[in-house]
Amino acid sequence: MNKIVMGLNGNEAIAFAVKQCDVDVVSAYPITPQTIIVEKFSEFIADGEVKCSFIPVESEHSALSVCVGAAALGARTFTATSSQGLALMWEMLYIASGLRLPIVMAIVNRALSAPINIHCDHSDSMGCRDSCWIQIYCEDAQEAYDAVIQAFKIAEHEDVQLPVMVTIDGFTISHTLQRVEVLPDDVVKRFVGVRKPVEIEIPGMGKVPMILDPENPLTFGSLDLYDYYFEHKVQQHEAIEKSRPVIRKINDEYYEISGRRYGDGFIDGYGLEDAEVAVIVLGSTAGTVRSIVKKLRNKGKKVGVLRLRTFRPFPYREIVDALKDVEVIGVMDRSGAYGGIGGPVYVETLAAFYNSKRKPKIINYIYGLGGRDTPPALIEKMFEELPKLEGGEVKFLGVR
Amino acid sequence: MLSELRSWKEIPIGGVAWKLSTENKTGDWSPFKPRIDQTKCTKCLICWILCPDMAIEWDGEKVHEKHDYCKGCGVCANECPVKCISMVRG
Ligand code: SF4
Ligand code: SF4
Repeated sequence: MNKIVMGLNGNEAIAFAVKQCDVDVVSAYPITPQTIIVEKFSEFIADGEVKCSFIPVESEHSALSVCVGAAALGARTFTATSSQGLALMWEMLYIASGLRLPIVMAIVNRALSAPINIHCDHSDSMGCRDSCWIQIYCEDAQEAYDAVIQAFKIAEHEDVQLPVMVTIDGFTISHTLQRVEVLPDDVVKRFVGVRKPVEIEIPGMGKVPMILDPENPLTFGSLDLYDYYFEHKVQQHEAIEKSRPVIRKINDEYYEISGRRYGDGFIDGYGLEDAEVAVIVLGSTAGTVRSIVKKLRNKGKKVGVLRLRTFRPFPYREIVDALKDVEVIGVMDRSGAYGGIGGPVYVETLAAFYNSKRKPKIINYIYGLGGRDTPPALIEKMFEELPKLEGGEVKFLGVR
Repeated sequence: MLSELRSWKEIPIGGVAWKLSTENKTGDWSPFKPRIDQTKCTKCLICWILCPDMAIEWDGEKVHEKHDYCKGCGVCANECPVKCISMVRG
């Protein structure tokens, strides 16, 4: 296997992956901490390293709108944003998934205003959990590079045809220089292939590619009332369910070309074989938790960590299975849970166990809001505290 | 669009529609329709450009109102520089 090692931060790793994926249209609006992605990508275009239409726009609402239009024409499209930018894309998020457009978007997680804050938490992408976008949370710059390449293949798979978000933690991953192994251009190009629009059966027209094409005129986004809207939403439900085997398969296929894979594509466990206490976490904090788990296991403690890689689709069966002997589970959420039972990952985990009929103690830890540091010592305290808790608590980790 | 209601397994994804939009006559909901006084029209085509529903047609010689698709917004009558479009009931 050809090993090309580069020093890249998370944003540059994403830009590099997009460059290799033969993307037709990129449209974006700058926002901290995402800006480097599209800045770097526009440099690639200016230097003639990639052939792609780069469409600068006046807002994120327009950026995703451009991707929607271009994707409906059959183009492979990419955009990136953070926080307020994602919030401004809200309307288009549902349009992209509802029109079944395989757009790939990088989200550099950043807290939502107010108060204004540019640092990481997951409230931006967690907020759009029901928009029918697939969500992959990366742990480091290497995974960001790998996940973007996989994302195009997942999104464009004929059984899926849904947009994919690849997220990295703002600054922690986006701005720190890391060792990233990249693949040769031709290997990536062969892996992702050319986007092949799906064919749909149209009464009176037969099978036609689902793109805007004057030869076979179709209307995208027309009125769809009580007689068919529901059916189209059930199709989306079906499509994201069908993405499960696809994500798994592409994680394996990617291993073949890169030697890297991330658990089963959904979850990545460590120390779970005999763990009595385990923590579920996503994003860059997983690395910190893993290091503490290693330390505690060296002292004979039966602890483990389960890193969640996809939040949508939510791998509930995989989680229940991986934690089948665990008695106490701490679920880390990097976004608020205002008026709910707990944070989004916590609530989904509770639901997964409710249906499994097993009842471990499950505790929610809300942490790192607005970029609040979550140092190893704090994680270690959490592991110490977990066995003493009742289950059902919502704790704030690292708040004064 | 389909005479018999079908299940989610039997319809194309994404809610795409396949009939030409001109097949849907959308001009039956407005109480007022434009009427162009051809004797005063200067063929400036401002109405043709501004109509949001492309309900003004230019055939190379004259502008025509296409009432089948006109929503009766009155933009054309308002913008006509020589005020030769009147909005009439019906
Ligand atoms: S009334 Fe409105 S829709 Fe009708 S022709 Fe005039 S501009 Fe077009
Ligand atoms: S705007 Fe008035 S003058 Fe100009 S083409 Fe239309 S009807 Fe004629």
